[in-house]
Amino acid sequence: MVKIITVYGNMLIAAMGKTLLLALLGLFFACIIGLLFGLLGVVKSRVCNIISQIFVDIVRGVPMIVLAFFVYFGAPYFFNTIIGGFNVTLSALQAGTICLALNCGAYMAEIIRAGIQSVDIGQMEAARSLGLSYGMAMRKVVLPQAIRTMIPTFINQFIITLKDTSILSVIGFPELVNTAKNVQANTFMAFQTWAIVGIMYLIVITILSRCAKVMERRLNVGR
Amino acid sequence: MEDRKLKIHVENLKKSFGSLEVLKDISTDIYEGEVVVVIGPSGSGKSTFLRCLNRLEEATGGKIIVDDMDVTSKKTNINKLRENVGMVFQHFNLFNNLNILGNLTLAPNMLKKCSKAEAKERALEMLQKVGLVEKKDSYPSQLSGGQKQRIAIARALCMKPDIMLFDEPTSALDPEMVGEVLQVMKDLAADGMTMVIVTHEMGFAREVADRVLFMDGGYIVEEGTPQEVLQNPKEQRTIDFLNKVL
Repeated sequence: MVKIITVYGNMLIAAMGKTLLLALLGLFFACIIGLLFGLLGVVKSRVCNIISQIFVDIVRGVPMIVLAFFVYFGAPYFFNTIIGGFNVTLSALQAGTICLALNCGAYMAEIIRAGIQSVDIGQMEAARSLGLSYGMAMRKVVLPQAIRTMIPTFINQFIITLKDTSILSVIGFPELVNTAKNVQANTFMAFQTWAIVGIMYLIVITILSRCAKVMERRLNVGR
Repeated sequence: MEDRKLKIHVENLKKSFGSLEVLKDISTDIYEGEVVVVIGPSGSGKSTFLRCLNRLEEATGGKIIVDDMDVTSKKTNINKLRENVGMVFQHFNLFNNLNILGNLTLAPNMLKKCSKAEAKERALEMLQKVGLVEKKDSYPSQLSGGQKQRIAIARALCMKPDIMLFDEPTSALDPEMVGEVLQVMKDLAADGMTMVIVTHEMGFAREVADRVLFMDGGYIVEEGTPQEVLQNPKEQRTIDFLNKVL
């Protein structure tokens, strides 16, 4: 145990940094995708609702490991060989980010859609009756209230996404799990290695969820 | 009456929700400064009628002209029209994420009706009018029902509307709070506001209304002065309804 920490400690911490980087990048784009498809899911247009639903159903219906292989190996092959004439190459970080953004984005879309729909319809009606456009009413009245109810589920999704980065070890991104595999291969100390990795995840996630709780409480002031 | 300006013209209005026909054939004219009270049993289409006037519900047939603008036409800028037509809801619908001043100034600020300072000044003036200036920094959840409804009225007035629509404004209130809201409405009527009010408050109708419309089954069954409709109803359905509520 001590040997692993002294010899590989810095390496594992750097790998945790990569894990966090991947999670943050993924979440950032997931928020954009989620907001886009979440809004498409609530607007008064059958076509938009269906587009949103199809996206969510496809992404939710495919295991993330398949999505990862598809984005990393499948998509470049499609452009370069099947269609031809392209020279698409994705780094593991790019593919991982796309994969997390799509996967988490689909869940975010559902969270945002449900959050918006949980706001009483009277709020929108009152805003519209004053002459505000749909967009203004959404931005100034409905979304701020929806976001409050979404925060706990957002935090949950954030933690799930952070843990899901481990799946992306399969495409060779040097995040924590991938790095730990190398450590285990070098040291043969499977128990110690995975215990340390588990504890590292536990610490980071616990800190994050505590921070999130504090934030949630702050935002609830004045409600 | 006829020399006054026509504010709302409704002609053969029809509204269906799927196969359910709620408004069958509604026609009426409402003039500037008139206070029209709409009464009738629940399910008679009163609220739907009111909500068609600012297109919260889309009419399925007929024609509505409000302030010389065609509400039923797709080309009409409905947001522009709504700026001049205030609405007060049964469940108040104050914006829960904003404090009272925020509620009152949101629309004037967003729609650039005036400078921020003027909007605030106007808001305070309206709060004065409904007697709730001291609540300007409170949040809706901290107010009683009657206070919320008075704020909702003030919020609508901040847009300087020339027509006000009231959708059962006192129906969700505890009995002891009804009076304070009706008083604000009476003041508004005395100021010459054109008002269309859906209500079950017969006493208020008798006292304040210039005209009472009795609706049933998607039609206006009877209309006239409060004296005519409430004291001497001619239609059997009006008589039956009044017997139940009075």
